[in-house]
Amino acid sequence: MTGERILMRNFDLPDSHTLAVYRKAGGYAAWEKARAMEPAAITEEVKQSNLRGLGGAGFPTGTKWSFIPKGHTGPVYLVINADEGEPGTFKDRYLLERDPHALIEGMLIAARAIRSSLGFVYIRGEYIEPWRRFSEAVREAYEAGYLGQGFDVVVHRGAGAYICGEETGLISSLEGKKGWPKVKPPFPAIKGAFGMPTIVNNVETISHVPHIIARGGAWFASLGTKTQGGTRMFSVSGRVTRPGVYEASVAITLRQLIDDLAGGVSGNGRLKAVVPGGSSAPILRADEVDVTMDVDGLRNAGTMAGSAGVVVMDETVSIPEALMVVARFYAHESCGQCTPCRESTGWIYKMVHRIVDGHGRKEDLDTILDVAKRGAGTTICAFYDGAVGPYISYIEKFRNEFEELIAK
Amino acid sequence: MPKLTINGKEIEVPAGTNLIEAARRVGVEIPHYCYHPGLSIAGQCRLCMVDIEKAPRPTIACNTQAVDGMVVWTETDRVKETRRSVMEFHLINHPLDCPVCDQAGECWLQIYYMKHGLYDPRMTDEKVHKPKAVPLGPHVMLDAERCILCSRCVRFCDEITRTGELGIFNRGDHSQIGLFPGTELANKYSANVVDICPVGALTDRDFRFQVRVWYLDSTKSICPGCARGCNIEVHTNRRRPHHAEGRRVARLKPRPNPDVNGWWICDAGRYGYGAVDDKSRLLAPSRREGGAVTDATWDEAIAAVAGVLARVAPDEVGVVASPQMANEDLFALRRVLERRGIRRVGFRVPPRAPGDEDDFLIRADKHPNSLGASLLGLDGDVAAILAAARAGQVKCLWVFGHDLLASGWPETDVDRALQATELVVFTGPNANATSERAQWVLPAAAWVERDGTYTNCAGRVQRFRQAADPLGRALPEWDILGRVLVALGAPAAPPRAERWFGELATAVPAFAGLSYRSIGDVGQPTATGAA
Repeated sequence: MTGERILMRNFDLPDSHTLAVYRKAGGYAAWEKARAMEPAAITEEVKQSNLRGLGGAGFPTGTKWSFIPKGHTGPVYLVINADEGEPGTFKDRYLLERDPHALIEGMLIAARAIRSSLGFVYIRGEYIEPWRRFSEAVREAYEAGYLGQGFDVVVHRGAGAYICGEETGLISSLEGKKGWPKVKPPFPAIKGAFGMPTIVNNVETISHVPHIIARGGAWFASLGTKTQGGTRMFSVSGRVTRPGVYEASVAITLRQLIDDLAGGVSGNGRLKAVVPGGSSAPILRADEVDVTMDVDGLRNAGTMAGSAGVVVMDETVSIPEALMVVARFYAHESCGQCTPCRESTGWIYKMVHRIVDGHGRKEDLDTILDVAKRGAGTTICAFYDGAVGPYISYIEKFRNEFEELIAK
Repeated sequence: MPKLTINGKEIEVPAGTNLIEAARRVGVEIPHYCYHPGLSIAGQCRLCMVDIEKAPRPTIACNTQAVDGMVVWTETDRVKETRRSVMEFHLINHPLDCPVCDQAGECWLQIYYMKHGLYDPRMTDEKVHKPKAVPLGPHVMLDAERCILCSRCVRFCDEITRTGELGIFNRGDHSQIGLFPGTELANKYSANVVDICPVGALTDRDFRFQVRVWYLDSTKSICPGCARGCNIEVHTNRRRPHHAEGRRVARLKPRPNPDVNGWWICDAGRYGYGAVDDKSRLLAPSRREGGAVTDATWDEAIAAVAGVLARVAPDEVGVVASPQMANEDLFALRRVLERRGIRRVGFRVPPRAPGDEDDFLIRADKHPNSLGASLLGLDGDVAAILAAARAGQVKCLWVFGHDLLASGWPETDVDRALQATELVVFTGPNANATSERAQWVLPAAAWVERDGTYTNCAGRVQRFRQAADPLGRALPEWDILGRVLVALGAPAAPPRAERWFGELATAVPAFAGLSYRSIGDVGQPTATGAA
């Protein structure tokens, strides 16, 4: 099930981040091909590939591109989300460090498809080395004439807020404002960065684009499931023998990913639970891991593919403590804009913290569940829904662990 | 124009109207905090949820524009449940200190909790603590714990004054309103943030702890602070006279009028009511003889002043009217002048320092009725009258309101003019250096103590209404002048401001067709419009 490595094919080459090595490995050939294509044909190819956004939401990429208003004559911006902040996710940093030209080539092609002449790459503030590598690659691409000939790239560093990875929070931050998500409508494709139509795509998503153009949408689609094409990079962490980033078809099952690629649960541990798509994805029990890792497969299993950050927990992990860590994260990172999220992330953290501290009350669990469910779907962005995923799933699936703490 | 249905009522609204405003038009109130018609859409408070048919879940009304065929329900079980939840979220970290909060009684947390909350509190953990009683500037005090972070004040400073002093700092439930380093909330419109704050987070340093809002009465009025004529409410404290050191006017608040001031007023206007309850108020007619000042009855005062006017040749009478006077007063004055054939009249007195002006509301002309005085034909040359007085050509000078000695003219010139005049009469609400020189002082009611109209700089005639009784024996100028008119032999004078306005509208073409009824609450342009 490991199959061919596409995004990571150059990772093991010495100096894979340099233009020379990238070109030697066939780099920028797809861009040469795309330059001869009509923009609409590029979008069409990407639509056929069933490429879906790999930052978390899983939205069909080609469809997103086609939302740019047809009659628009002003600037159109391409924004790359390299703010990778979802706990348990660390794939984009590898792409930026080890194959930055794949992203630049993908941007060139995407920009042609959406008729953009300016791209922004918003890199997470803590990502120093990825930022250095990528900036160097941009410099090389300018020197080689790939950039600066109708398409420019601005590299922008974030300042460490999780919410700046939300596409409109990112746009606000890019505009120099506080990283607050924007009310929708208007959607970014209509009115995004600096008031102009804007497409925001994840690093990994755009890094796929050269391969789709080079080898065809149908080929890419054939690598995955019916509704999602290709491979993706899984960040596997936690209690596994070989944690790390693995590229595999989106049709791989969670069990295969853990056992075959990551070497199974580490030591003598037994699998207890898995978070399959970053901290916002509802948790799965050990008996729920025979599920394909594509967007729809995980959705049907009641969780989400998210950013494909797979966090594996064995029997030694306390689920209430894990939820406390997660709840602290969401309370800390809520931007504070919408009332339900601002107020209840802090409240729920206090309640979970109290339970873990041994001061839980028997009504706490139902209060947390009720508060979480009441707030879900009432906010500007998906942050709170992402927090609700763990709140509800951890408690509903491991309620006995919480009740034991409360009973003590 | 899209046609939509709200709670079963069909309505057509202009394109671009959001659902809160559309609902308002059919008498449906959608509760909200962050939405304000004068500011951009923030969509943060999440209270204005409504159900739109075919939408999977409740949607915020503020950011949803009316669309043809839309079917909206504002009172479904799901919407009510969402409101209750959002109210709970708004209140979990709120200090619930209503008994000591100035906003109590006009607080939208209280109002909406009673209307849409009424849940049993479940929050038992320690609340988040934030700074309290933080002065943001000369007029505004912040209690960050009471703040619901609706961001109206931030948007006001970003979008209306464009001064950007305020921001929301930190994240999550530690978010708080604050000043950017090195700034203070001291722009010329700063106190509007108190008005738009839906809760007790921003309170007015002038008003706080003076009197509970439920003891206040509200009267529609016009700000007399400049030629803009911003629409205001005068809030008076009649029921707790022992509070606020006897101040009858507790505060002024803007009254929305899209054609004049939007939702706003400037701080200068808001706090410019001090003269009303000031010690300088003139309380009784008085006569100065030698160094002695003695009170007189109105009958004595009117008889004396009318006697002088009747006796002195019309050319030897000078009148300095005031653009602080209402149209009714000025018209009554015109009647007096006409009766005696007095022609030396003017109202423009240059200020010592030019008034400040901006491109928003504040006008350099610090009088509410200059255009009205001009339209009533009183725009003569005051400097020429004073020059004539200095030349001994004026025997009687009647000054309304102005302190000529504190004007832009050299004090010595004014002094010589007053010296050279046999009889100086002063009429106005407050004493000043000029009134000290008058042989007769006729005390006038302050603008909040009477009815009247002003004509603003754009030619809009606007009504202000009596909010308090005149202090002492003060009378509105129209009444004083009407009595003088009768003393001069006129058969009768109109007994009310409204009747004076009726005569004015008949006599002066610019005001033709206007009446108190047609002017209403929002004013009406004069026939000639802006001069």
